[in-house]
Amino acid sequence: MTTVTNGVNVQALLDAREALKGAPEAAQFTWRASAKWQSGVHSTIKVQSFFGLGEEQSHKEEWTFEADHPEVFAAEDNGITPIEYLLVGLASCLTGGIASVAENRGIQLRSVESTVEGGHDIRGILGADSDVRNGYNDIKVTFTIDADASRQEIEALVAQSQKRSAVFDALTNPTNVTVEVA
Amino acid sequence: MSGRAGGLPTRALRKTLSGRAGGLPTRALRKTLSGRAGGLPTRALRKTLRGQAIERIPTVVIGAGHAGLAASYFLSDRSIDHVILERGEVANSWRRERWDSLRLLTPNWQSRLPGLRYEGPDPDGYMTVGEVTEFIERFATVSRAPVRTGTNVTSVRRADDGYHVTASSGEIRCRAVVIASGACNQPSVPPFTGAVPATVEQLTPFDYRDPAKLPDGGVLVVGASATGVQLAAELQRSGRPVTLSVGEHVRLPRTYRGRDVLWWMDASGVWDQRYDEVEDLTRARQLPSPQLVGTPERTTLDLNALASMGVELVGRWGAVRDGRALFSGGLRNMFSLADLKMGRLLDTFDEWARTHGRDAEVDPPERFAPTPVPSSARLQLDLRSGEIRAIVWATGFRPDYDWLDVPALDAKGQLRHDGGAVDSPGLYALGLPVLRRRKSTFIYGIEDDARAVIDHLARYLAETNAIYLTQRAPTAPLNPGPQAR
Repeated sequence: MTTVTNGVNVQALLDAREALKGAPEAAQFTWRASAKWQSGVHSTIKVQSFFGLGEEQSHKEEWTFEADHPEVFAAEDNGITPIEYLLVGLASCLTGGIASVAENRGIQLRSVESTVEGGHDIRGILGADSDVRNGYNDIKVTFTIDADASRQEIEALVAQSQKRSAVFDALTNPTNVTVEVA
Repeated sequence: MSGRAGGLPTRALRKTLSGRAGGLPTRALRKTLSGRAGGLPTRALRKTLRGQAIERIPTVVIGAGHAGLAASYFLSDRSIDHVILERGEVANSWRRERWDSLRLLTPNWQSRLPGLRYEGPDPDGYMTVGEVTEFIERFATVSRAPVRTGTNVTSVRRADDGYHVTASSGEIRCRAVVIASGACNQPSVPPFTGAVPATVEQLTPFDYRDPAKLPDGGVLVVGASATGVQLAAELQRSGRPVTLSVGEHVRLPRTYRGRDVLWWMDASGVWDQRYDEVEDLTRARQLPSPQLVGTPERTTLDLNALASMGVELVGRWGAVRDGRALFSGGLRNMFSLADLKMGRLLDTFDEWARTHGRDAEVDPPERFAPTPVPSSARLQLDLRSGEIRAIVWATGFRPDYDWLDVPALDAKGQLRHDGGAVDSPGLYALGLPVLRRRKSTFIYGIEDDARAVIDHLARYLAETNAIYLTQRAPTAPLNPGPQAR
């Protein structure tokens, strides 16, 4: 087999998987973001620290995100809408998953591109119709992948990536959410 | 991914982890939890039984199903004295823990035990529960298996050079134990069953016999393995509208290119794949049973068949919130995974037929329609609305090792074993999924497993016997130790 270089250190991940089998508590991670209201529906979100492997961890630097709404919502459009961040999360999670699975299966990727569309009836959030939900009605991701693999193998990559995706799971399965005032 | 972003500097991680693992009370905890801590009935029982003679038998087999009886067959073959302890009767779980319409998944010609094979008129048919029971009983009779029925084992623990077995009939000291008590002793259900409204009746496959047992009205069947699809079909046919909650599953056609799909599994060698050749053994051992049913018509019972009968398909059941069942929106991928996996398996069969010159004796290759995703799979269902009157949990089974006072279980409660040799010398297992080969849990698969495991057991007895004798031999005077001076 020729050496595959998708740039994923799969061996490290496989080793970690083995190591964590015997130490599930070290696998407990807490991801964090902190948000600050600017004005209108514009807020700024910062992400840097997280907890995992039994101790505090940190990204190399602090990442900043702007969230707002577009002008059709009578807002200033200082950033993307919060619900678009879900699409950002889903697309990046599945893409990373495809690269990892491909690396593990010895499949060389040349390009992986995708478009994500979320169907959203905004009557829900506007309170115009109580039968309409607030969130997405459906989400569709379309991948275009160029790789040294058959169509079936590529479909299997995409399926496996969904199977192991944190964001796919978070969007498709119920999650307990607690929101409180400090 | 850069070195740092890898975030998992493995060497350091392992060091940290192993250090931490040391400090954790897992082992102690497991002992407390599974070791039937101190004051449980075993001790009391032992006390009661004290004074009774302890029987000495070299090998004890636990369970007189097909696996225990196959072990006995090979033990007798090697003239190893043994006894089979059986809580009920021979083939007990077939008699008491199966539903009425169940038939074997394997065709009759695959109903084979050491020295005994199906010789009836319908080699392509599938045995009913009654026929399986008779078949196993016949095996016990012809192999003259030393079965003690009505003998419940309450404890097995290490003792000196072997094991001490406490059973309802008395105490036995032995050198080796074969655990053949089955992989399906208890139905396994998700943690949220308690949150289901009391107005909805809940059953496991152990409670289920036939549709009449259930109230009229809608039924939610949870799980799409062989059990789930069979019960969903039967309940739907009884006039009860069935909703089937589908997680990961194994799709198979009943026949492929004119032959039973299990003929292909056998002939192509897939079933013979050894446990140490399987890429992800943990996963292979957890695989749900394939969507198959044994019927005289040899019909396929996949999700397409169920949907065309009118069964409503929903995603994996994730939680109960305010009396509502919440299902996963990932149903489409469950279908993709199963369709792709089936496609790969059929490719394997075709490749085998082609390279082994078997194409002429079977029909041409075929491919099956992918599982269509319902246009609007429901994401939730109000369990208080009366739409669902009963839930059948076809969410799998697990073994019961409550009686096993030997620290040989992993964190998930499964036996730690290497191809049937349990992680405790002299202790063996048979009849577990992919114990030694992919066919291990099928009746058809027990012969090879039992032969290999009893081989190992016989070697163990011979070797430990040799050590035992060497140690007892009068070597001390020839090589006096310090104490002897």
